[in-house]
Amino acid sequence: MEGLLSLAVKAIFVENLALSFFLGMCTFIAVSKKISTAIGLGISVMVVQAITVPANNLILTYLLAPGALSWAGFADVDLTFLGLISYIGVIAALVQILEMVLDKYFPPLYNALGVFLPLITVNCAILGGSLFMVERSYNFSESLTYGISSGFGWALAITAMAGVREKLKYSDIPDGLQGLGITFITAGLMAMAFMSFSGVKL
Amino acid sequence: MGQTRREMLIDPMVDNNPITLQVLGICSALAVTSSLKVALVMAIAVTLVTAFSSMFISMIRNHIPSSIRIIVQMVIIASLVILVDQMLKAYAFEISKTLSVFVGLIITNCIVMGRAEAFAMKNPPIDSFIDGIGNGLGYGFILMLVGIIRELFGSGSLMGFTILPTVNNGGWYVPNGLLLLPPSAFFIIGLLIWGFRTWKPSQVEEREYKIQVVDAH
Repeated sequence: MEGLLSLAVKAIFVENLALSFFLGMCTFIAVSKKISTAIGLGISVMVVQAITVPANNLILTYLLAPGALSWAGFADVDLTFLGLISYIGVIAALVQILEMVLDKYFPPLYNALGVFLPLITVNCAILGGSLFMVERSYNFSESLTYGISSGFGWALAITAMAGVREKLKYSDIPDGLQGLGITFITAGLMAMAFMSFSGVKL
Repeated sequence: MGQTRREMLIDPMVDNNPITLQVLGICSALAVTSSLKVALVMAIAVTLVTAFSSMFISMIRNHIPSSIRIIVQMVIIASLVILVDQMLKAYAFEISKTLSVFVGLIITNCIVMGRAEAFAMKNPPIDSFIDGIGNGLGYGFILMLVGIIRELFGSGSLMGFTILPTVNNGGWYVPNGLLLLPPSAFFIIGLLIWGFRTWKPSQVEEREYKIQVVDAH
């Protein structure tokens, strides 16, 4: 249990997907102009991340890992090279299913999150989370924790970023730095702030 | 066709750069640039994947139903990335370890998807191939620039060869450790964008709010 807690803290603050691995940067920069949309996107990423990382973990353990197919009589088959294509397939399919389920049963939530869901398929943070899960060989409960907390970390980062940018638009910035340039520098400063968590251990 | 093929190749380098202007593919641009060698490998990998995926998608563009086109594009891109990943593991294992998940993340690199969607779906295969190479090079160009700055001033070497002998090894240069850490990549790209836009003022974004001078009575 303590292991899981420290994993969660590490994934939220120390190894924040957006600010120390630069994942999901395209959407991070593009959709962080208003706090309300940033929160919406952040929550959708968190939900999708919490579903896809454990799902991909199951696929890895029971279908792709060397020897995983022994229940079907193929004990020496190693399908790990198919990893990338199956993870992205799982992500695309789950996002699609989530969209349909939300549309059918939770229309208000769908109206709030609907526009962001297709964007999430191509969000590097989601695929990145699954790939980190593979690289660090998490087990099922670890990958569930990692999925939720890394998604939360990303949501936190984009919300904070949107807060800064909402204030920033009133300031007098040199012409060339307007828009994209100053956004990068702000993100850099936030990344430095997040680095101060790096000594935290539970 | 408004553009010649030459323009298609050159245009994305500065005038229409995928990173500084179109804001595509910055995810990996920042993460892999702490040493020049890794940045170079990444740039080559992305250029190849963009070029070939654009070409293949353009070849079958008239047969893809538009409702499932994203999935079809994803499958083509993912297969190419698997190819690159396996090649790197076979011939450049050290580098593929350093790149870790970022090779896989070429799949979701917005440049590849963006070019497939914006250019390859409307244009013939050879043009799409050239457009892919051009955008890959524009991406690589920024990647190399950031890689050079970070490695030269961060650890005093380029491609692993010592250029500025550091204090630890008996030289004179005190390396700037910040440049090896993630935040520096943001600053360098931010400043590069500033430089580009001062050079080409047409790229400057509109202000949302203007500061007005009110005449005193």
